[in-house]
Amino acid sequence: MKIMPCPLNGPRNISEFACSGEVAEMPEPNRTGDEDWADFIWMSNNTAGVVREWWCHVPTNYWFIAERDTVTDEILKTYPAGKVFTARRDFQGRDEGP
Amino acid sequence: MRAGSNRLPAPAGLLVDRERPVSFAWEGARYWGLAGDTLASALAANGEWILSRSFKYHRPRGVLTMAGQDANTLVQLKGEPNVPADRLPISEDLEAWGQNYSGSLKRDRNAVLARLSRFMPVGFYYRAFYRPRGIWQAFWEPIVRRSTGLGKVDRATPHGHFDKAYGFCDLAVIGGGPAGLSTALAAAGAGAEVLLVEENPVLGGSLAYARFDAEGTLAAARREALVAEVEADPKIEVMTGAVCNGWFADNWLPVIRGNRLTKVRAKEVVLATGSIEQPAIFRNNDLPGVMQGSAAQRLIRLYGVRPGRRAVVLAGDDDGYGVALDLAEAGVEVAAVVDPRPEPAPSALTEAVAGQGIEVLAGHCVAEALAGPGNRHVRGAFVSRLDGQGGAVPGGSSIACDLLCMSTGYMPTYQLALQAGAKLGCDDAGAHFSITGLPDHLRLAGSVAGATDLEAALAEGRRAGLRAAKALGLKAGSEPEVPADKGQAGANHPWPIFPHARGKDFVDFDEDLQVKDIVNAVADGYCEIELVKRFSTVGMGPSQGRHSALATARLVARATGRSVAETGVTAARPPFTGEKLGVLAGRGFEPERLTAMHHRHLEQGAQMMTAGLWWRPAYYGTKDRREDCIREEVLAVRRNVAMIDVSTLGGLEVRGPDAAEFLNRVYTFAYAKQPLGRSRYVLMTNDAGTVIDDGVACRFRDGHFYVTATTGGVDRVYRTMLWWNAQWRLDVDIANVTAATAGVNIAGPNARAVLAPLVEGADLSAEAFPYMGLREASVAGIPARLLRVGFVGELGYEVHVPASFGEALWDRLLEAGKPHGMTPFGVEAQRVLRLEKGHIIIGQDSDAMTTPDEVDMAWAIAKKKPFFVGGRSIELRRRHPSKRKLVGFTLEGADAPLPQESNLVLRNGEMVGFVTSVTRSPTLETVIGLAYTAADEAEEGAPLRIKLTSGRMVEGRVVPPHFYDPDNQRQEM
Repeated sequence: MKIMPCPLNGPRNISEFACSGEVAEMPEPNRTGDEDWADFIWMSNNTAGVVREWWCHVPTNYWFIAERDTVTDEILKTYPAGKVFTARRDFQGRDEGP
Repeated sequence: MRAGSNRLPAPAGLLVDRERPVSFAWEGARYWGLAGDTLASALAANGEWILSRSFKYHRPRGVLTMAGQDANTLVQLKGEPNVPADRLPISEDLEAWGQNYSGSLKRDRNAVLARLSRFMPVGFYYRAFYRPRGIWQAFWEPIVRRSTGLGKVDRATPHGHFDKAYGFCDLAVIGGGPAGLSTALAAAGAGAEVLLVEENPVLGGSLAYARFDAEGTLAAARREALVAEVEADPKIEVMTGAVCNGWFADNWLPVIRGNRLTKVRAKEVVLATGSIEQPAIFRNNDLPGVMQGSAAQRLIRLYGVRPGRRAVVLAGDDDGYGVALDLAEAGVEVAAVVDPRPEPAPSALTEAVAGQGIEVLAGHCVAEALAGPGNRHVRGAFVSRLDGQGGAVPGGSSIACDLLCMSTGYMPTYQLALQAGAKLGCDDAGAHFSITGLPDHLRLAGSVAGATDLEAALAEGRRAGLRAAKALGLKAGSEPEVPADKGQAGANHPWPIFPHARGKDFVDFDEDLQVKDIVNAVADGYCEIELVKRFSTVGMGPSQGRHSALATARLVARATGRSVAETGVTAARPPFTGEKLGVLAGRGFEPERLTAMHHRHLEQGAQMMTAGLWWRPAYYGTKDRREDCIREEVLAVRRNVAMIDVSTLGGLEVRGPDAAEFLNRVYTFAYAKQPLGRSRYVLMTNDAGTVIDDGVACRFRDGHFYVTATTGGVDRVYRTMLWWNAQWRLDVDIANVTAATAGVNIAGPNARAVLAPLVEGADLSAEAFPYMGLREASVAGIPARLLRVGFVGELGYEVHVPASFGEALWDRLLEAGKPHGMTPFGVEAQRVLRLEKGHIIIGQDSDAMTTPDEVDMAWAIAKKKPFFVGGRSIELRRRHPSKRKLVGFTLEGADAPLPQESNLVLRNGEMVGFVTSVTRSPTLETVIGLAYTAADEAEEGAPLRIKLTSGRMVEGRVVPPHFYDPDNQRQEM
């Protein structure tokens, strides 16, 4: 069983974690065409190589980001989501200016 | 003689205690052995060499490795089949039998099958037995099952006791031979906590049985010193008789000893797993009395058993000469050493053999082992000259013998390393192996890494131990030099394969596969080693290719004009050796959740059911009155008052300046302007616009909501909320308080009358506390939140209190309800009640594609919000309208059949939907339900054709789903 180094809980068996796929920033919903939106929602890149993934330590419900090589299944590093998502995000309404 | 007529005098027999004779039963007769004997060694001491009959041809089989690595020695015990006789200790109560024979082990009636072998070519079972249709099950299978296979499962086997343990260490060393011992000592010397795993009963590996020098004294002296040092080292934990059966990611190792599985997590691992001696291939190489050189050495040194009286040794390397010296020392007459090498280079061992006057036939091979009567034992070796290309020149001479030892080379015990992702490499000649591409924190030492020379193996072990210690951050001394020549040259003969025109030259003993079977598999087009395995079954038997993978690779390489390196070996997967199901089975650790009132439900006669992890009352009463109980509970709610434990309902506290903004984003409705003291419906969609949960949001203060979620969905909802806010970084705190809260829903026209006298701090009148209102008050002295909700469609209050007050609340409410005849009701009645109201249950009436529009929830979608999860996708999906819709339906008539959930809705024979909820309504006295149907046939009055489980069609009609009280007057009383 693999070990996942959790930034909050330390190294734990990977069965304690859930993966939620690649980190992808959501495009502005009201400024994105149907094709691009559908691509964002339903298409996964399935990258062979190093990807940034969402992982959650289920018992503590702690979300963090792991960089993993999908070819070797090696976990390269993990860090809190705040390292990537550094500021509050607000969304633009349909009628607001850019 | 009580120890057996083939017993050698001391000091031979490291493992046996000559003072303690032990008797045991074999094939119904009693024999004597010594404490420390295995069944195989004790039988050999008594001259009993046949242990089993082979899988397909029922040939007698006996000792091959004495290492517990082959299928020849699998025997039957009372209640346990397929036990390796060369691992099984004898005891007074041991009763064992051979396997896979008809009649007796020595005279097996099915041995006639061998004469039919030309009718059973490789892969024949893929082609035979299938015509005419049905003939396999009716005729062939019972015959084949009777005449092939291994032991018999005894269904009356008594229950066994198995357990699990966890182990942690700095360094796990797998294999307690010379390399493993020196690894452990070096690492422990540097301060590491070491676990040393050895599958044999004693440490030492080859030092315990093999010969490394002409004098024959080196191994024992080295072993004694190393083992004493290891046993005295407090930092080394030794597990003997334990097998590491696999390698899993990050050094997670299943170590099995007896009935215990220890799951070991090691920071570093050194595999000192050694190598496995490989059989040579010639006609009748499977006869009892034909064994590996190391098996004969094990019989002598470990058990003090003379393996024969007159021997021929097929020696493809110098180790074979060591075997000859060991045999001579044990009083076995060595008739000849047959060496396929044309001119073996002289060494201390070859010279010692020559010095004893033993005849050496260089450039020769054993072309055939000559069989005694009934193939029960070898009676001679037919020796032929080699032609210089590795083939036998026709003709030759017979040498009488009752022991034929094969010492032609080894294969590294690569299984664990390859499971870890390493690659097995091989030189062009196909004789020397290398293992590369190991993951970090995993190292090799000893002959598994090609160090066959004893000094090289010891030095490499020390080096691996020191490197592991350094990787652990320990201070380790300078590494020893490992000689460049690790002794591999000449250790393996590249082609110990001498096919015979009349066959029975076995490549795989487990499956009775001969050279021609492998060659024919290639001729049939199976050129890749993995395909050859699947077509021929080579390597699929109990020994998992440990003795056949190399020969198969060589044969396939030659047949396809490739090198062994190119051909490779089949993938190595766990387990390394067979493991009992008992080791894998175990207790389940599925948690169960009980509400604070659980014991009250049991006392009140509830039949419990599971809802997610929770136990909930299904209904109150006996099982034989199930339908009546549910009906009575429904009518109690509709006509009077009843109460239900809703503690399992999810509860989330959302606080902070951005609490309303947060709910606006995760739910479809609008919450910014929600008044204090009011609750509002919440509907959650995922980012694809699919409905995933619902509940109510209760606003107590501007920045404080208490949100409910479904019993089964709350954990996922909570996790999803945290995930979104990890990206949005709103100023909000979210807490899952489900387990901290108990709740009771008291519902029915008399709910207010029951509850009001208990409440302090809130006016329960309809004007002061209307539908969807919310109060904080005291109920029977318990601090409570009161929610007016209408899931069951009657006047109702949900009372939420800290979980520690749950049972007290239940008791007080029940007491207060007594004058009104109030009863509790269960989940089944609640499901009927909500269905009568047409309230959907997400997950039951919705699936992974359900949009809010499909379930008539467009009203719950706020239009002016700039964003909510799923909003953009709902908008997009509306431009591609769904072909289905959730509708209510009824089946008229008191005798209408009751469809089941998931029954199909058909139109012109095509599926257009399915039933999601259905019941016979006690209130409306008709069958009502919810179903998906075609969107263009969803208007009121349209026909709805349901295919019942029986296959019968029944036609209902579409009605508005609000079957009962469509104007919602009753819940707003």
